[in-house]
Amino acid sequence: MSSPQEIKLTVNGKAERLSVRPWVSLLDTLRHHLHLNGTKKGCDHGQCGACTVICDGERILSCLTLGVMKDGSEITTIEGLGQPGNLHPLQEAFLEHDAYQCGYCTPGQICSGVALMKEGHANTREEVKELMSGNLCRCGANTNIIDAIMAVKDGAHE
Amino acid sequence: MNDFAYYKATDIDGAVNAAAGPKNNYIGGGTNLIDLWKYDLAHPEKLVDLNGIDELKEITELPDGGLRLGALVTNNATAYHPIVQERYPLLSRTILAGATPQIRNAATNGGNLLQRTRCYYFYDSSSPCNKRVPGSGCPAREGHNRLHAILGYSDACIATMPSDMCVALAALEAVVRVKGPEGERCIPFIEFHRLPGEQPEKDNTLREDELILSVDLPARGFAGHHTYLKLRDRHSYAFALVSVAMGYELDGEGNISVARIALGGVAHKPWRVPAAEELLVGKSPTEDQFARAAEAILEGASGFEHNTFKIDLAHRAILRAGAMAHDPSTQRPGAKPSL
Ligand SMILES: Cc1cc2nc3c(=O)[nH]c(=O)nc-3n(C[C@H](O)[C@H](O)[C@H](O)COP(=O)(O)OP(=O)(O)OC[C@H]3O[C@@H](n4cnc5c(N)ncnc54)[C@H](O)[C@@H]3O)c2cc1C
Ligand code: FES
Ligand code: FES
Repeated sequence: MSSPQEIKLTVNGKAERLSVRPWVSLLDTLRHHLHLNGTKKGCDHGQCGACTVICDGERILSCLTLGVMKDGSEITTIEGLGQPGNLHPLQEAFLEHDAYQCGYCTPGQICSGVALMKEGHANTREEVKELMSGNLCRCGANTNIIDAIMAVKDGAHE
Repeated sequence: MNDFAYYKATDIDGAVNAAAGPKNNYIGGGTNLIDLWKYDLAHPEKLVDLNGIDELKEITELPDGGLRLGALVTNNATAYHPIVQERYPLLSRTILAGATPQIRNAATNGGNLLQRTRCYYFYDSSSPCNKRVPGSGCPAREGHNRLHAILGYSDACIATMPSDMCVALAALEAVVRVKGPEGERCIPFIEFHRLPGEQPEKDNTLREDELILSVDLPARGFAGHHTYLKLRDRHSYAFALVSVAMGYELDGEGNISVARIALGGVAHKPWRVPAAEELLVGKSPTEDQFARAAEAILEGASGFEHNTFKIDLAHRAILRAGAMAHDPSTQRPGAKPSL
């Protein structure tokens, strides 16, 4: 069996050194090695967006990349965006707009939404919908998710 | 799922050397290869990660007025690059019509060219598939074939090439620059992917261990009149049933002086018929002219139980694209493909 490799990651501002085998996805690196269970595994095949994290400033799917490929990277997960008592404006907006039901897709939705606002390519509601289409919500909270993002984007929560 | 080793290359020759051997694979974004590995359809013994090769991560202008897109530049970085948006808006819009922001942030230009078909039987490891296991048969011919080819298929395989980006690259007459153990060479885009024939396991004309260095765009970008029309079962986040990448230039009298039309979702490669494009030269960009071109492009098309609709759909899509291309300002990512 291939041997584990030493990698360094900065996760939510904290430097981590860990040892992972080459075939461990970034998602499993975060969940199993770092015990950050906020990032969710929906499909494990790039189809649902539940595993979205922000890596070196960009949203990616952590299920379709490997921990070893991200050696040296800075990663932000839902845990790093906000915590109870000190929520990110988009987390607040999700509460206010009732933007979830079961909550399984929510960490991915919020990481994706935060990155979307930073990218600055979505101006209209239609564009936000298109650029959020990689995050599925099987509870059907999409309308409220878009409401929450529009509210923060338009400054209602800053 | 099998175990594999991992090597991070830092230069081109190091990568080519490390990839020697049939079971060693390059990896770019991983969005296709890791997926296939998880489905037990790809079985790499070693992955050669290209993300440490800085010279493949650049977009640079070429002396002839063209643009070089490094193989390791991501699909999103390419689509949002200011020169691509200004001079090759057809390419930008086409990339943005594919996959999702998260996938495009990881997917690389080289990897996009080599993504494998989305045929259901190819993806089902318990099913026969000539592309996956040569000689095992093709259940798609008699089975579910909604996604499948209407042109250029063979007895062995009716799969389609799923990439959006490649359809625009075919219309733009891009060139793929590669390097392998035997040195460097350039492949015109239309020769890069192949028809299945009797060797459906081969998607393209790359030789063993060849590394894609860049995709080079010629100067002509059709920024004035172009469109990418993608028709699919869902409005977003779905592969094309039929797509059309079209670009043309108009002369002083408003007649077409040069035209390119490439179809996606209809064959094992982006489908182009240069003789059909010639029919448009000197003609006004009107529906009846595009209809003549459409007939020539779709000549010989024939479908299977669930995909014969694509022949009509492709014909109408070409007419619609012809009108949309006339005023590209009516289009934006995420907009409905209406006029
Ligand atoms: C859910 C989902 C939806 C999608 N929807 C669309 C869509 O609508 N339209 C669309 O066009 N695509 C779509 N895609 C596919 C996506 O565009 C591809 O997965 C992506 O472009 C592949 O690029 P990559 O860098 O991640 O490739 P990898 O997975 O890294 O590599 C793919 C192949 O290319 C080889 N390779 C990579 N780089 C090089 C190189 N420089 N030289 C030689 N070989 C190389 C690898 O060995 C591998 O065989 C979708 C994917 C997913 C998961
Ligand atoms: S778990 Fe990664 S996209 Fe579904
Ligand atoms: S809230 Fe249940 S999946 Fe989105």
